[in-house]
Amino acid sequence: MIEHPWLIPLAPLLAFAINGLLGPRYLKKATGVIGSAGILAAFLLTVWLWAEGEYGEATLFEWLASGSLAINIGFLVDELTVVMLLVVTGVSFLVHVYSIGYMAHDGSFARFFAWLPLFVFSMVMLVMANNFLSLFVFWELVGVCSYLLIGFWHDRESANNAAMKAFLVNRVGDFGFAIAIFMIFWNFRTLEYGAVFAQVGQADPETVLVIALLLFVGAMGKSAQFPLHIWLPDAMEGPTPVSALIHAATMVTAGVYMVARMAPIFEVHTTALLVVGGVGAFTALFAATIAVVQTDIKRVLAYSTVSQLGLMFLALGAGVYTAAIFHLATHAFFKALLFLGSGSVIHAMHDEQEMTRYGGLRRKLKWTYGTFLVGGLALSAIFPLAGFWSKDEILAGAFMRGASLDGDGLFIVFWALGLAASLLTAFYTFRMVIMTFHGDPRDAELHERAHESPAVMVAPLALLAVLAMGAGAVLGFPPEHGLIHDFLHHAPGILHFELTGNQTIIAISLAVISTAVALLGALGAYMIYSRGAPRAESIGQFVPGMHSLLYRKYHIDEIVNYGIVATTKVLGFILWAIDAKIVDGIANLIGWTVRALGGAARQVQTGQVQNYVFLMALGAVVSVGALMIFR
Amino acid sequence: MADSLNAYLYVGAILFALGMLGVLVRRSLIVVLLSMELMLQGVNLTMGAFGVFNEDMGGYMLTLASLTIAASESVVGLAILVVVSRKARELYTDRMDGMKW
Repeated sequence: MIEHPWLIPLAPLLAFAINGLLGPRYLKKATGVIGSAGILAAFLLTVWLWAEGEYGEATLFEWLASGSLAINIGFLVDELTVVMLLVVTGVSFLVHVYSIGYMAHDGSFARFFAWLPLFVFSMVMLVMANNFLSLFVFWELVGVCSYLLIGFWHDRESANNAAMKAFLVNRVGDFGFAIAIFMIFWNFRTLEYGAVFAQVGQADPETVLVIALLLFVGAMGKSAQFPLHIWLPDAMEGPTPVSALIHAATMVTAGVYMVARMAPIFEVHTTALLVVGGVGAFTALFAATIAVVQTDIKRVLAYSTVSQLGLMFLALGAGVYTAAIFHLATHAFFKALLFLGSGSVIHAMHDEQEMTRYGGLRRKLKWTYGTFLVGGLALSAIFPLAGFWSKDEILAGAFMRGASLDGDGLFIVFWALGLAASLLTAFYTFRMVIMTFHGDPRDAELHERAHESPAVMVAPLALLAVLAMGAGAVLGFPPEHGLIHDFLHHAPGILHFELTGNQTIIAISLAVISTAVALLGALGAYMIYSRGAPRAESIGQFVPGMHSLLYRKYHIDEIVNYGIVATTKVLGFILWAIDAKIVDGIANLIGWTVRALGGAARQVQTGQVQNYVFLMALGAVVSVGALMIFR
Repeated sequence: MADSLNAYLYVGAILFALGMLGVLVRRSLIVVLLSMELMLQGVNLTMGAFGVFNEDMGGYMLTLASLTIAASESVVGLAILVVVSRKARELYTDRMDGMKW
C-alpha cells in the first residue's frame, strides 16, 4: 500500500469526475451512491495503510523543474497523516451517506455530489502533501470547494455573499501563507518538508519566527481564528451537510493540521508558540461568549466550532500536539454529529433554523434527540464522553506549560481563558439542547408537522454518536499514554509532554476542576432555560448593552464592513478615477490630436481633378520661377 | 529672321496658356480634353520653331514623337471618357469627387 498512496485521493477524484461529467444528465440519484462509494474506498484504503503500518514518502511524478528547483507531486505518509486521513475520510463518508437523505429533494443533487468528493479529494491531498507548494495548491483548492459549496444555492443572494466572504477572508490568510512559503524558499532553497525542517535549526531564529507567524496567519484564515473568524458563521448558508463537512472534517482542521505539521518551524522560537496559544485561548473564550446569545441553531454550532478550534491552537501553542490532534479527531466526531443532528431538526421543522420556534421536539425526534444529546455532552466535555478526554488534556497541557519552570507564565492565563470557555461551552450547549428539544413547543403548527428523518440520515447519526461516546476513552485512556499517544509518538517533529509522578495529582485535580466547571455551565443552562429562575432577561439587565453586543458578535462584521471594506472601496474608486480620467485621458488626448490634424489635412483632398491640376501647375510655376530668380 | 523666332514662341506660349486655362476652368470633360490638345500643340509649335531656327533635326523628331504620343493619349482619354459617361451619365468634372479620402 505504501508504494501506491495515490490510490487514496484517486477514489474521491474518480467519484468527482464521474459525477461531474455524467451526473446531471445520466446518473442523477445514483451520484449519491457513487460519491459515498468513492469516499468509502478512500477510507478503506486508509485503514489498509494503517494496518500495514509502513510509512514513508513516495514521489508520484516531477511536476515542475527549473534550475535547482524541482517540485514533485509527492506523498508523505506518517502517523499524523494517517490519523488525519482516518478522520477526514471516515467523517466525510458518514456525511455523504447522510446527504443522500438530506439533499434527496434538491434539484441540483448531482452537482452537490460532484463538489462534495472534490472537497474530500482536496483535503486528502492537502494532508498527504510532502512539500509546501503542493500543500498550498490543495490548500487553495479546499478554499475553492468551500466557495462552491457554501454558495451551492446560488439563487440566494445571502449564499453568494457568504461564499464570497469565506473566499475573501481566506485570501487574507493565504496572503500570509504565500509570503511564508516565499521566505522558506528564499532562505532554504527547497520546499520539501524534510529538507526545510532539517535546516531550521541553523537558520536565523528571527527569520524563522517571521516565517512561523506568517504560516500561522494562513492557519488563522483557514481555521477561523480571531480576527479572521468572521467567514465561518456565515458559511451556514450552505446546505447543512456542507457545514458538517467544513466544521468537522475537511476545512477548518487544515489550519490545525498545518501548524502541527510545521511544529519544527514553530518550536525554533517560543514567541511563535506563545502567539499561537494566545490567539487560540482568546478565540476560544471570545467565540464562546458570542455563542451564548445566538438563536440560530447552526450559528450557535458555528461559534462553538470557532471556540473549539481556539482550544486546539491553545494546545499547539502549549506544545501538546498530540492533544491538539486528539481533540481535532474527537471534535470531528461530535461536531459532525451535532451539525447533522441540527440538519435533521431543520429538515423536520421545514427549514426553520430559529431555536426560538423550536421546543419540545424530544418526543417527536427520538433518535435525533438521543444522538444530539450525546453530541452535546461530548462537546461540553462531560466525563466520560469523547470531548472530556481531549479537552482536559489540552487544558492540563496549557496549565503545565505555564507552571513548569522553563514554560511561559502566560499559559496560566491562557488556561484560565480556556477554562472559562469550557464553562460557556457547557452553558450554550445545554441552552441549545433545552431550547430545541425540551419544554413546550413554541410554534405549535411547525411542531405538529415535524417528523423523524429517514434511516439513511439517522444511521450516520447513530454511528457518530457511538464515536462521540467511545472514541475519547478508547483513544485517550489512560491520559498521555492512550492509543493515539502511542501511535503519534513516532511521528517526526512532534514534541511530547511527559507526566511525572507528582504531576499526576495536579492532572487529576485539573480534570476534576474542568469537569466541575462543565457541570456548572450545564446546570446554569438548566436553571435558566428549563426552570426559568433566574430568567435570562433579568441576567441580561445586569450589564446593559451586553446582550446586544454579544448578539451583534462584538460588531466585528460592522467594523470590517465600515473599516476595511469601505476603505478599500474608496481606494478602489480613487484608483479607478485615476485610471479612467488621467491614464485614459492621456491616451484619448493623443488620439484626439491625431484626428484633428488629419481633419485639417484632408481638407486639401477635394476629389476635384481640376484642383489637383491647378496645384500641380502652381507648384511647377513656383519652382521654375524660384529656379529662375535664385539661380 | 531672329525676331520671328520670338513670334513663334509667343504664339506657342499663348496657345499653351489658353489650353491651361481651359483645363482648369471648364466643367465639361470633352472641352478639358480639347484644351489639353491645345496645350500640346502650343508645345509642339515651340519645339518645331526651335528645330527650324537652330537647324536642328532633334526639334522635328521630338515634335513628331510628341504628336504620336498625343494621338495615343487622346485615344486613351476618349476611351476613359466613354466609360465614365456610361457609368455616371454625365461628364462634368465638379460632380466627380470620388477620389477624396
